[in-house]
Parts: sequence; C-alpha cells; structure tokens
Amino acid sequence: MAEATLAAQSKPEEISTRPSLLHNIFLRNLSAKIAALPMVLTVLVVFVGCSAWSVIYSFTNSGSLPSGKFVGFAQYERLFKTARFVGSAENLALYGVLSLVFTMVVGFLLAVLMDQKIRFENTFRTVLLYPFALSFIVTGLVWQWIMNPNYGIQKVAFDLGFTNFRFDLLTNSDTVIYGLVIAGLWQGTGFVMVLMLAGLRSIDEEIWKAARIDGIPAWRTYLQIVIPMMRGVVITTLVIVGSGIVRLYDLVVALTQGGPGFASDVPAKYVYDYMFARGNLGQGLAASTMMLVTVLIILIPWAYIEFGPKKNK
Amino acid sequence: MESSVSIRDLSLDFGSVKVLQSLDLEVAKGEFIVLLGPSGCGKSTLLNCIAGLLDVSEGQIFIGGKNVTWAEPKDRGIGMVFQSYALYPQMTVERNLSFGLRVSGMPKAEIEQRVNRAAEILQIQPLLGRKPANLSGGQRQRVAIGRALVRDVDVFLFDEPLSNLDAKLRSDLRVEIKRLHHRLKNTMIYVTHDQIEALTLADRIAIMKNGTIQQLADPHTIYNRPVNLYVAGFIGSPSMNFLEGTLNPANQTFVADDGTVVPVGTYAFETPVSGSTKAVLGVRPEHILIGEDAKSKPFTQEVEIEIVEPMGSDTLAWTKIAGKAVTFRCDSDVVITSGQKILIGFDPARGSIFNAETTNRI
Repeated sequence: MAEATLAAQSKPEEISTRPSLLHNIFLRNLSAKIAALPMVLTVLVVFVGCSAWSVIYSFTNSGSLPSGKFVGFAQYERLFKTARFVGSAENLALYGVLSLVFTMVVGFLLAVLMDQKIRFENTFRTVLLYPFALSFIVTGLVWQWIMNPNYGIQKVAFDLGFTNFRFDLLTNSDTVIYGLVIAGLWQGTGFVMVLMLAGLRSIDEEIWKAARIDGIPAWRTYLQIVIPMMRGVVITTLVIVGSGIVRLYDLVVALTQGGPGFASDVPAKYVYDYMFARGNLGQGLAASTMMLVTVLIILIPWAYIEFGPKKNK
Repeated sequence: MESSVSIRDLSLDFGSVKVLQSLDLEVAKGEFIVLLGPSGCGKSTLLNCIAGLLDVSEGQIFIGGKNVTWAEPKDRGIGMVFQSYALYPQMTVERNLSFGLRVSGMPKAEIEQRVNRAAEILQIQPLLGRKPANLSGGQRQRVAIGRALVRDVDVFLFDEPLSNLDAKLRSDLRVEIKRLHHRLKNTMIYVTHDQIEALTLADRIAIMKNGTIQQLADPHTIYNRPVNLYVAGFIGSPSMNFLEGTLNPANQTFVADDGTVVPVGTYAFETPVSGSTKAVLGVRPEHILIGEDAKSKPFTQEVEIEIVEPMGSDTLAWTKIAGKAVTFRCDSDVVITSGQKILIGFDPARGSIFNAETTNRI
C-alpha cells in the first residue's frame, strides 16, 4: 500500500521535471547537493587542483618559490640521473614488496588463528591492533632503541654472555631496509589482520559446513573457496597497504633519517628534502609527480576492476 | 525394517544449556523423516549432530549400521543441503558439483558421469557452465541438492532448504523433493519449521520442543491424534480450538468452565479415566459443522458470528463457545456474515481431550 501511494505521488513530479535537464542536474535533491558541495570543492581544489599545480610546476626551474620558467623535462632528466633518487626508488621497491607480501600473509594467518573460536580473542585483537594506533614516529623511535646495538636487544644479549650475537640491522647499509620492514610489519600487520578477520567473519558458516561435508581439507577451503569469496576485502587491504608503502616517510625519518648514508632513503624523503631543505621546488615536484604516477598505476586498474563495467563474475 | 539412521540416547550441552536431551530416533531405510518445531527447539542442532558438524556430549549415532559418532562428516555417507544453499560462489555449477569429488581424488570419468547423472535428475544441464550469482533461488537450491546427489550417499539431510524461497517456488520445489525421494528411495531427514512442508513430505514427523521429541508418528496420526497439548497446538493452521473444563467419566460429559456441557460418549479414550479430572477439549476448526450437518452431532449450540475471514477455498469464522474464542471453517459457498446467529456442532470423537495438569492426551 505504502509503496503504491509513494509511486503515485512521485509520478507527476517526474513528468514535470522531464522537460528541463538543467533543472534535473541542479535542483533535484537540492539539499543533498548543497550538503555535498564542500566535499566536491575540496576534491576539485585540493586533490585535483593541487596535484595539477604540482605537475605543472615540475616542468619549471623553480627554486625556493614557484616562479621559475618552463624547462620541459629537464627536472626529470636530472631526477633519473641522481643516484640518490634511483637508490631511494629501489629501496622503496624492496621495502614495498617485502612489506606487502609479509603484512598480507602474516595478517591473514593471524586472522585465521583468531577465527578459530579462541579464548580471549578480544584481548589478542586489541594487542595486535595496538601498534596501528601509534604514529610512525613513535614506532620508529621504539624500534630505533630496540635495534640500537648499544642499548637494544644486542646489548641485552651481550650482557647475558652471548658476545657473538648481532642485531644491528640499522647500522649496516645492506640490512637497514630490513630493519624498516620489521618496524613497518609490527605497525601494520594488526590492521591487516582486523580487515581480514572481518572478511572471514562475513563468510556464511554454512559454506564451511558444506565444505566439511564435501570432505575438503581446511587449507583448501581457505585457498579455493574462502579467499576468492573475500576478494573485495583483499583488494581493499592491498590498496590501503600499498598506498601506505608509497608515501613511506615518517618511519624512515624516525628510525634512520635515511641513513646510514642514503641506504634507507625513500622518494617521499627525497621530495621533502628538495622542496623544503634545499630550496629546489622544481626537482622536488618532479619527484613527487613520479610518486603520483606510481600511485595512479596502482589505483587505476583497481578502480577499473572494482567499479568498472561488470563482467559475468 | 532395516535401520538407516539410528540415534541412541543422544545429548548435547553447550555449557549448562541442554540443547538435546537423551534423544532416541530410529529412521528406517528409505524413510522420509521431518524434524518439525519452532526455532530454538534443537531440530537443526540434531541434524548437525547427525551430519557430524557438531560433537555430541553423550550417546551414539549409527548410520547404515556403522557407529559414526566420532567419524568425520565426509566419512558418514551423508549429503547435506542448507538453507542458504552454501554454494561456492566463485565456481561454476559444474565445479560446485564436482569439487568434493575432485578433492577426494576420484577418476575424472567417474566424476563426469556422476555430475551428468545429477544434472539430468535435477534438470540443471543448461546451467552447468554458470556461476551461482547468475542463478535464481530455486536453481541454486537444485544445485545444492545436486552437490549432495553426486556424493552417491544413502542419507540426505536437509536443513530448512526451502525457507529462503518465495511461496510459489517453495511449493514447486517441495513437490520436486518429494519426486526425488520417490525416484531415489534414499533415507531423507528434513528439518523445517513449516508444518505444510512437514505434513506433505514426511513419512513420519518428529515434533520437537526444548531438545526432546514430543511425538514421532505419521502425518495423519500427528494431525488427528496429537499426544499432548503442545503438539495439538503446534500442528494445524488455523490452530486447534481449546476449551478448558472438567471431565466427568461417570456421566460421560465434559463440563466447560462456564457450565457448557459437552457429551463425550463417542470419544475413544486412550487411557481409562477414574473420577472427575481437569481437562482440555480440543477441536479442529474443520471439525465444527454448521446448519443441517451440525444437528446430528452430540454437541450443538447456537452462536453469534463475530468475524468472517474469506480465504478463497474456504471461509474462516470466529465465534465464542463457553466464553472462549473459537474458529471454524466452512465452505466458501456458504454465506455467513458477522452478527449472524447460527447453529454449530461437533463430534468429540474427532477431537482430542488432554489432561490439564500433565497436558497429555487421555
């Protein structure tokens, strides 16, 4: 009944709005459009506008102020000839691959463990999620102490008599990146676990029952039935973890300051240094544009898969 | 008769909550048993115990003569169909049917033969290449039945398989399950809260309440000779009319609380009654007759109709006997209106009398 009257009421309105397309665009659901306006402006001005500004000025020879003249791709040529930037990109790639693989795998395994109807699940979940509530600066500082040979774990082991024990990842330029990965994992795994756990919990229990009746071992059920069903959660997690990796900056600053030398430098730190410390805006913006391009390379295929034309999935 | 599923003294506790209490059930080979009861009565729990999805606290379960109390679900020789269908959404229908067999390492040719047979029985051959998301509810449930079928087992378990379907599909698929049972002659244990499904499908119905079986009998007996007040009230829609009063065996009458006298000389007592007893007389709406038909009945009374509910095939009327609201069913051609005075009558022989204290049939 209620639906019928609603339909009857809305019909004349539809007819009256049909002649004017403009009316449809601007006045229909007016209050909703007004409410959305600030966010629309934010997106247009801050996200799109500022990104465009950055890209445009990366083609200039601006110094401390954005006033230089157009120099084409000169900043990019310089960028890719700079060993520091290439090195930082390599660092980020190594960190990214290791961090992505391990947070996803470890996070998923932890979620599976959590899902076994264990006791004190809430406690474990809180403990594991807690690092995520800390800022990267705190995480960095804590791990800097833990991994410092003079007063961290190595010192403790040394005092206990294990004089050959070494835990000095941060002071060795070959291993410093693994130190970063460990601190990053400690911070991010809990969050991945919580997302994955939510995904696991959304799977109907009857699926599990059906799989047990079919005699499918638990690991195969996870691999071939449950994980494919969690596709949405997995992709969302990948995007969140991935974007966190690309903008990696504060952890590096707190943990190593990019050192020893430039052994743990990352693109975001390169950008910051050139823009604010060295007064070379053009170079910094060129580097940041490269980061933007990287993010787009990740995001566009994802958006296409998630929101694009639906195939028969 | 050869026993297919045998449940002996089965109990299940979750902490201090007793979900199933020393329950016994013998299911003959090829029998269609329906477990019927309201939600929370333990019927699905019992089915999950039979399937091996829940560990029992006490008692034993035998399937096909083998003690399977602690066996894995896949080794019990059962197939199960779920309310939510529980199809694997990323796999095609064909993969859904064959996945369990593939995992068990069955030869390809045999898998193919079984899948084709199941698809043919359920008429889902054209759907084999599709994914569950592209199927209607009825088609999905067929595939789910197919997944039980390819396992080539003796016992089928159904956990409210039709509850997610709309009314039309439900009655279609109900007939189809019945047809399937006639064709395959497997043992089937079927859980539902829908009494129409229970009455239409079952060879025997087990009415459950609070983890115990109240009555286990064929649908006709359950409907016409319920063992206690609970079963009487649960089965039948609209439900049975109840009059409270006293049973006097001496002069073979039932005297309702307001003094209305119902002669019960025709009633076949289950147990001999000595002395007057507090009792409840139950009469089904369709056993109350009107007009000429009513005159010859042991109990007649003129009543005023309160409300009339035309149901299409018949008409339901509400009135009062002995101060209690009573419904009766009459032919839809009979014209009755609210406010009308009408003679109604019934024969207690077709009713049920229960002891008011024990609630058991007498």
